[in-house]
Amino acid sequence: MKFAVLVFPGLTCDLDMYHAIEETVKQDVEYVWHTEADQLDQFDAVLLPTGTSYGNYLRPGALAKSSPACKQLQAFAESGKLVLGVGNGFHILVEAGILPGGFLRNQSLKFRSARETVRVENNNTAFTKEYTQGQVLTLPVANEFGNYYADEQTVEELKNNNQIVFTYANENTDGSTEAIAGITNEKGNVLGMMPLPERAVEEIIGGTDGTALFQSIMNNRGEQHVN
Amino acid sequence: MTKVTIYVTLRESVVDPQGIATTEALQKIGYEEVKSVRVGKLIELQLDGSEETIEARVNEMCKDLLINKVIEDYRFEIGEVASK
Repeated sequence: MKFAVLVFPGLTCDLDMYHAIEETVKQDVEYVWHTEADQLDQFDAVLLPTGTSYGNYLRPGALAKSSPACKQLQAFAESGKLVLGVGNGFHILVEAGILPGGFLRNQSLKFRSARETVRVENNNTAFTKEYTQGQVLTLPVANEFGNYYADEQTVEELKNNNQIVFTYANENTDGSTEAIAGITNEKGNVLGMMPLPERAVEEIIGGTDGTALFQSIMNNRGEQHVN
Repeated sequence: MTKVTIYVTLRESVVDPQGIATTEALQKIGYEEVKSVRVGKLIELQLDGSEETIEARVNEMCKDLLINKVIEDYRFEIGEVASK
């Protein structure tokens, strides 16, 4: 399986994502700079790391729309292949219209770097099959705009389609609508999440609760082959 | 040259954490009459184009990039760039 870590200017945690693939599923992984993303379809999955794309100017993730890679990413997502965006990568997916909703400043008005308890609300996705339904994970978060917002109608749709994949289990510190921490698109091939699974793949860095997410992606691929 | 001033506000249904903190700060320093603060932003554009096309173009710009309609509302004014 071939992974691309798609890097827009200002995304700073590309190395963490690259390392997580090497560490957990030991597959081919390449950095793809945003101006060189015209061959994206040669990859099986695209990973959008976190950071501060375009300085978070205008709105977090918004200016990524000015890059040709945005359209290439939209096409890749529409093709049904897997896309994972974490942190600022989630912002980009929302601003690109690939996932619904928007992001506001954290209720605390602080940049929060912490460990959160996160509940698996739907383990029947390509990204969460290796977790159990309702499992509570400990994952790092690091953001200033982690406050996910969706209006009532959107929340209704997310619930009806089982698109809410992760919620904050104990405290919804950032103030997200319905304590949402991660959602998929309707098809289920795109996941955006604020917690950072790539920072939780080794005991030495404080936990391995993110490992199963990358293993799920791998095993999902296996199932597709069988079918 | 035309100047367009775009006023961006958070949608009414959206909680504004900055506004809440600012309300509390104003009350703390003696402005108890303040009941609510909402913080928005102002975007100023200078652009070419005829009056008829500008309105449609600015609406498109808002939709394509400047505004996220999930969380924000906007309105704008069209005027002349003041000569120096």
